[in-house]
Amino acid sequence: MAKIKASKGAPYARIIGVGGYRPTRVVPNEVILERIDSSDEWIRSRSGITTRHWANDEETVAAMSVEASGKAIADAGISAEQIGAVIVSTVSHFKQTPAVATEIADKLGTAKAAAFDISAGCAGFGYGLTLAKGLIVEGSAEYVLVIGVERLSDLTDLEDRATAFLFGDGAGAVVVGPSQEPAIGPTVWGSEGDKSETIKQTVAWNEWRVGDVSQLPLDRDGNVKFPAITQEGQAVFRWAVFEMAKVAQQALDAAGVDPADLDVFIPHQANERIIDSMVKTLKLPESVTVARDVRTTGNTSAASIPLAMERLLATGEARSGDTALVIGFGAGLVYAATVVTLP
Amino acid sequence: MAATQEEIVAGLAEIVNEIAGIPVEDVQLDKSFTDDLDVDSLSMVEVVVAAEERFDVKIPDEDVKNLKTVGDATDYILKHQA
Repeated sequence: MAKIKASKGAPYARIIGVGGYRPTRVVPNEVILERIDSSDEWIRSRSGITTRHWANDEETVAAMSVEASGKAIADAGISAEQIGAVIVSTVSHFKQTPAVATEIADKLGTAKAAAFDISAGCAGFGYGLTLAKGLIVEGSAEYVLVIGVERLSDLTDLEDRATAFLFGDGAGAVVVGPSQEPAIGPTVWGSEGDKSETIKQTVAWNEWRVGDVSQLPLDRDGNVKFPAITQEGQAVFRWAVFEMAKVAQQALDAAGVDPADLDVFIPHQANERIIDSMVKTLKLPESVTVARDVRTTGNTSAASIPLAMERLLATGEARSGDTALVIGFGAGLVYAATVVTLP
Repeated sequence: MAATQEEIVAGLAEIVNEIAGIPVEDVQLDKSFTDDLDVDSLSMVEVVVAAEERFDVKIPDEDVKNLKTVGDATDYILKHQA
């Protein structure tokens, strides 16, 4: 039997750069109200959202990713050729083959980096970060680019008053690299497939293509609606606040970080009410800075955590070296939480 | 020991007061959570979870929508408490 040489990785991994891209078009609640019977006050009180960004035709999943990644690579102080793998988490890239990660890796000028897409909904950033850490410590890549990117405006039912105001578009990226000290804690993650109906795409693509009007949701004009993301609001809220607070606590415990030593909390930016209730349930000290990017960005699924991270660092609300608890949760249901040192 | 109707209403009043800031005395059997007490659908989830803990009862998501009034919630807890 031949002896196989093992790869040699870094002792630990850390996030060394972050970047974000927000589409140029800012959409206020007034625009959402053109299609649903609601009010600005109702939307704000249920979600905290006042504006969100919607992508135009040029702001594709790939284009937004390249912009965000370019900033993250510059922030990391490395060159694109040094990136060994590109991981893209998205649910809103409609051309599934080939993976959009390959186009992004090429446009960035990587040296034929390994590139692939993952589907983990709003937990996608944490899933990607966990993979990146593993690749670096195991030795398959020195630097890994993790991108969360969505054009959820394409999957929004603008006539559904429960979700029309929620979603936004954007891309967030981090570069993960080698570290001599632990800077990404253990990931507490999992799936609850028995709750798959809680958040989902309304109609599968093949059912939609068949277009059976007796089976599919129709719009006001009687046309088959494009597939959209729908959710059971109360069930999602209960799970997100009370079950995810437990997961967040487990991530703190696994990292050995006391809430009093935590600087920043960056939960998935689903809804400010969820964030408020999580903070209360977790009993986080007032000294912890809480990301509330959802107010002006909406829910951007896999992109929300890196976008919020970038904004907190850009505004000075958080600083490089701060200890941050990040948790993503969403369709699946899936979740991932970990404690990181901010870049 | 199982809670009485009176104890449940008093407990719900404290919970609603803590979560939505509604005066305890306003929480009466005939009051609608949404229309009279201004408890929206998300706050209602918080009320339900707090009530579950306080009265040792499970209130699944599919039953929450049937709890329109304080009386509905009280009856539900009376019937289902351990």
